[in-house]
Amino acid sequence: MRLRTFPGGVHPHDHKHLSASAKIENLPLPDRVVIPISQHIGSPSTPVVKVGDAVLTGQVIAEASGFISIPQHASISGKVTKIDIFPHPCGGKQTAIEITGDGLDEWIELIDDENYAALPVSEMKERVAAAGICGMGGAGFPTYVKLSPPPDKPIDTVILNGVECEPYLTSDYRLMMEHAEEIIKGLKLIIKIVNAKTGIIGIEANKPDAIALMEKLLAKEDSLSVVGLKLRYPQGAEKQLIYAATRRKVPSGGLPMAIGVVVQNVGTAAVVYEAIRFRKPLVERIITVTGSIVKNPRNLCARIGTPYTVLVDFCGGTTSPIGKVISGGPMMGFALPDLAAPMSKGSSGLVLMNDVEARLLEEKNCLHCARCVDVCPMNLLPSVIAAAVKYKNLDMAVDAGLNDCMKCGSCAYVCPAQIRLVQWIDTGKVRYTELQRAKK
Amino acid sequence: MKDKLIVSPAPHLHDKTTIPNVMWSVVIALIPALIASVYYWGFRALYLTLLGAAAAVITEALIQKLRKVPIAVADGSAFLTGMLLSYNIHAGAPWWLPVMGAVFAIAVGKQVFGGLGNNPVNPALLGRAFLLASWPTLMTGGWVKTKLGSINGITNLNMIHENLQGIAPKAYDLVTSATPLKVAQTLRDSTFVNSLTSEAGINIDISNKIMNSLLDMGTLKTLFWGNIGGCIGEVSVFALLLGAAYLLWKNIIEWRIPFFYIATVFVLSFLFGGIKGSGYSLSMPFFHIFAGGLMLGAFFMATDYTTSPLSKNGRIIYAIGCGLLTVVIRLVGGYPEGVSYSILFMNVMTPLIDKMTMPKAFGRLKK
Repeated sequence: MRLRTFPGGVHPHDHKHLSASAKIENLPLPDRVVIPISQHIGSPSTPVVKVGDAVLTGQVIAEASGFISIPQHASISGKVTKIDIFPHPCGGKQTAIEITGDGLDEWIELIDDENYAALPVSEMKERVAAAGICGMGGAGFPTYVKLSPPPDKPIDTVILNGVECEPYLTSDYRLMMEHAEEIIKGLKLIIKIVNAKTGIIGIEANKPDAIALMEKLLAKEDSLSVVGLKLRYPQGAEKQLIYAATRRKVPSGGLPMAIGVVVQNVGTAAVVYEAIRFRKPLVERIITVTGSIVKNPRNLCARIGTPYTVLVDFCGGTTSPIGKVISGGPMMGFALPDLAAPMSKGSSGLVLMNDVEARLLEEKNCLHCARCVDVCPMNLLPSVIAAAVKYKNLDMAVDAGLNDCMKCGSCAYVCPAQIRLVQWIDTGKVRYTELQRAKK
Repeated sequence: MKDKLIVSPAPHLHDKTTIPNVMWSVVIALIPALIASVYYWGFRALYLTLLGAAAAVITEALIQKLRKVPIAVADGSAFLTGMLLSYNIHAGAPWWLPVMGAVFAIAVGKQVFGGLGNNPVNPALLGRAFLLASWPTLMTGGWVKTKLGSINGITNLNMIHENLQGIAPKAYDLVTSATPLKVAQTLRDSTFVNSLTSEAGINIDISNKIMNSLLDMGTLKTLFWGNIGGCIGEVSVFALLLGAAYLLWKNIIEWRIPFFYIATVFVLSFLFGGIKGSGYSLSMPFFHIFAGGLMLGAFFMATDYTTSPLSKNGRIIYAIGCGLLTVVIRLVGGYPEGVSYSILFMNVMTPLIDKMTMPKAFGRLKK
């Protein structure tokens, strides 16, 4: 197979061997879960339960509060014990609903709609929306919105993202190996919903058995195919994946639908299938718990809202003191002050590092070495943007590509002066947004 | 779990490249050339190189102390500047020449502007320009023969002796005393050719004979391995290419600048390198890329991070500019060698090139 890729990018050590062979295990029911009302991009959901209410697994506990929003569901049965500010898996603190479990895991009524594939598209979309599905890759964009492109933007291709280019993470890999059929069924449903012609599953070359498996399963499907991709971060980024798989470029500031493409994570496809067939709400996901100091790195199927401490304990704890806790992958994930936060719908991984791996390097003078320019997948000048933000020249920062940056971190990864390029760029984005607001 | 965990923004991984790592890697890459230099000229080459490097390190440390900034000589950048400066001096130079050059390079070329990363031009080349302006005779005269052979690299010298003795004493002096590029420069100089004899036919005949011996396979081989007169660091193309391969492999320099620089010199010297009366010869471009400081300049000086353009297209423009100026200086300028000045000039153009070649973001339409 000829492997494809995109221009730019970096190739960090993937560390996937730690957990790649660990089959998905079901985490025993946690005693309590903490469900943030904001686990997605868009307006936070509105709680519809009170403290003291009894809830069933899968029951709606917070409703969608606008067009770009999703409902949240109880992930275990039990009693609502707190609605308060809790640590959030993306850092900081946010409102969340705490449920103390009764250990029974009593579910709301599910169905098995064997004729699910014949349902009208509007019904399918409603079921996806009602299930509270947002992208499982980490960014967390509400899925039903992505599945509802305006009529003037016809979609011809659906790309499933099985790239998993973040080092350490293996949850998508295990899902592809163990639940390939659900993924493919989900892909077919998505193709039907957006009325596309073809479906592509993009998988990186470090998962040859996943590529082989998908190819075998898709051998008789004319409109579906697998695209093998060279190892390269950030290939899982939407624009880079689309380019690698189809050679189409998403216009700057635009969305993939502008060029007839919809991208969904493989995990999202699997839950879309479950939502449409069984009306099953999104109450669990697969998360990789890993890192050199985790005793038994694992891929766990765990309920949304499970505290990170529970996950780490289940993996046997750590072999040496923790230096850093990363919620998500190490390239774009969030460092947390402790393990108090719960996992959310976008939690693809929990990576623990020791002091040495986590040590902070001192920021030095920029050498103008242009390594950041060479690796930028968006073809920007990261060092120029960062310097412009530093010296408060926002116009120059915008010229050098401030708003095109997707914060993949490739630039900061290679910088020999350890300049926190992404942080500077992020600061610039915040300042720019404030400025635009002030102008209005 | 400890009381305090490290919380920092993504990315939480970093590759192994740091500033000291980059600088010392370049120093390592320059070592084969130093070994070749010691082999051909003895330990004086090493002595001068170390003097230059030491002077640079001490100057940097002193100035950083005066400026009350952290003393960062361990990062290797000053050592590298001193080393490169010494590489531009020949092994017969007095000991204080590399010292003067290194002090000037660090003080005026680097620290005045705020130190590492802020200098507008390559400090080592500025140091060389300073030496060339201040002590031109020491910089361009007194070339020493290599342990194994001649200065100008002409291998079939005896044949030329027989042909030239008697009729042209000046030509004899020429081929026995100067570096290959100096020979080439003098040959293209019409006043010299005219002064050999009043008969134009013989002039061209003689100069072509000398030129051909410069361009024959033997001389090119000698140039490649380094058995010729010249500066410490320029001596062996082979040794420099070894170091360059290491830097390319380690991803410390990028191919665009050296490739387009050398390719430009190659093409232009093929088209315009001959002297009156001689036709095109494929040996000519090889002579020009092997002789003098081109390899050192293209791989180790023009690629200097701080003073070369950021964008990929900018680097191509910059490298072609370097090549163009080098050929212009060599073929019609007053100096036999043009590498240093061409790079210095293009260093100054770098901000302008950067401005002109701002890359277009992925997916952004042309304005």
